[in-house]
Amino acid sequence: MLRRYLFKRLLVAIPSLLIASLIVFTLPRLIPGDVVMLMLAEKAYAKDLDELRAKLGLDRPLPVQYVEWLGRAVRGDLGESLWTKRPVLEEIGQRLPVTFELALLGLSFALLIAIPVGLISAARQDTIQDYVARSAAILGLSVPPFWLATLLIVLPAIWWGWRPVTGFVEFSQDPVGHVTQLVIPAMILGIATGAALMRLTRGMLLEVLRQDYVRTAWAKGLAEGVVVMKHGLRNAIIPVVTLLGTQLPQVIGGTVIIETVFGLPGMSRFLFDAINQRDYPVIQGVNLVVISAIVLINLTVDALYAVLDPRIRY
Amino acid sequence: MSTRVEIPQRVAPAKAADTRARIRVGSIDTLRALGRFVRRKPLGAIGGVIVVALLVMAVFAERIAPYGYDETIRGARMRAPEAAHWLGTDNLSRDMWSRIVYGARVSITVGFATVGLAVLLATTIGVSSGYFGGAYDLVVQRIVDAWLSFPYLVIVLSVMAVLGPGLFNVVLSLAIIIAAVNSRVIRGATIAIAQGTYVEAARGVGCGHVRIIVRHILPNVAATIIILATIGLGTAILAESALSFLGFGVPPPYPAWGGMLSGSGRTYMFRAPWMAIWPGVAISLAVFGFNMLGDALRDVLDPRLRGR
Repeated sequence: MLRRYLFKRLLVAIPSLLIASLIVFTLPRLIPGDVVMLMLAEKAYAKDLDELRAKLGLDRPLPVQYVEWLGRAVRGDLGESLWTKRPVLEEIGQRLPVTFELALLGLSFALLIAIPVGLISAARQDTIQDYVARSAAILGLSVPPFWLATLLIVLPAIWWGWRPVTGFVEFSQDPVGHVTQLVIPAMILGIATGAALMRLTRGMLLEVLRQDYVRTAWAKGLAEGVVVMKHGLRNAIIPVVTLLGTQLPQVIGGTVIIETVFGLPGMSRFLFDAINQRDYPVIQGVNLVVISAIVLINLTVDALYAVLDPRIRY
Repeated sequence: MSTRVEIPQRVAPAKAADTRARIRVGSIDTLRALGRFVRRKPLGAIGGVIVVALLVMAVFAERIAPYGYDETIRGARMRAPEAAHWLGTDNLSRDMWSRIVYGARVSITVGFATVGLAVLLATTIGVSSGYFGGAYDLVVQRIVDAWLSFPYLVIVLSVMAVLGPGLFNVVLSLAIIIAAVNSRVIRGATIAIAQGTYVEAARGVGCGHVRIIVRHILPNVAATIIILATIGLGTAILAESALSFLGFGVPPPYPAWGGMLSGSGRTYMFRAPWMAIWPGVAISLAVFGFNMLGDALRDVLDPRLRGR
């Protein structure tokens, strides 16, 4: 049943993916300034420009370019970077793990904060704990991550003369150093998502805790922990999982800033540089990988519902 | 034979004196409502104060700021906060407080223009999609789906790369994103309202689509729109600062808070930390103000959340 449902969801996802691919393809081509001009700079002669354009396939009509590009993309060929001359997929493959790790750590941090704080906030509604937690959550949604990152670099340097290590440590070189260098960036990345998740956890839990079956649980004399965790949280968690899915694009978007500020060699910084250099194949490739990943993860989130809530049967 | 029922037209027009009295009573009522809001939602009231302060700063920047935003002050390069320059000066000897005050103008302009455009787009898309449904809804929602599956910063950066930096382009690119998210919420609200018996009744007496939307749907989604707009203001200000930080926002020398944090703010951050600290405080306070106000408004305007 689940498999059939997922198949159906996948079918619905295809048109959205196709429209997204069209946006991905069209946007970079609207960027003013011609990459060919940029590459050849002032040395360009008319013949060179046309040759390069023909080589890159930029001289053909846009619909033809789109169909060819999509056909190759489906077979795993995302083209070559116009600047590094290396296959885009290979370049992405090198950088994807950094972004993936960062996003995963950020989301884990968000969940680690959001669920317990949301729980306490709802169970102790309108107490000082609740007010502090809610204000902290709104503050978490208001502080710009790039500023927080700057503060975390500047303040320790001023107060204790400690500066973060520059340069990226690979996992194979030093596993502990590798994870340590990602902790602070991931925490900053997770703050806004954590705040949003906390607010939703609190809101959903408050709704559930007013249900009749929760009153029955209290009346049976169950301990608070059992009522809140087993009867409350389990039923409140589904919208939180949904939000986790919808927050994913924002978390990945956030990595653009975090990777830039902390100098991490991830996929988002690669994309940012590509936008500045008008590297079409890279912009398209990275965007396509990102949205495909998001669609797939949202499908997984859908499948997770069945695990979390036995009432859901597909 | 027409069966149109137009009750409002049958009501006798109010006399001028009545109107004046109503306005007076109305303003007292408004004050009372404001007092109630402050008592019940103190955090929201703090948000409101921050928002008003920000508006005053933006409108009267010339009077509030002691110096021009681009005015260099002789012999005052990178001064730490002191009595004469109470937020310090930057690497080009410009007064930080004056630049922060002028920066409010950028944030407020971008915030309100973005949200205005976003609300217009989102309401048009959301209400039409929710009201008409069918194939139109299906197609529109698939496009919104595709748009929403992009990380917002990625799409905004791509759009900004297409349009080039500048205030108007920032507004346009941010409005598209915020509109996509908001249109979903407005569509949901519209579907719920369109199923109401009073809409059915309006249709029954022969009201056209335009009349139903304008007289019955829009007034009922207004609360949702106000809440979305207030929260959207915070989002827009935060997003604008991120874009300016990445160099895609309002070009210098006009001071955008995000832009002040990048470039020289980061270059000199160890020698003159105030250059990096104050713009961030300003962004956080502004967004915090709008979020707090938005939250409180939602509690007050959305009866389902009352007492939470």
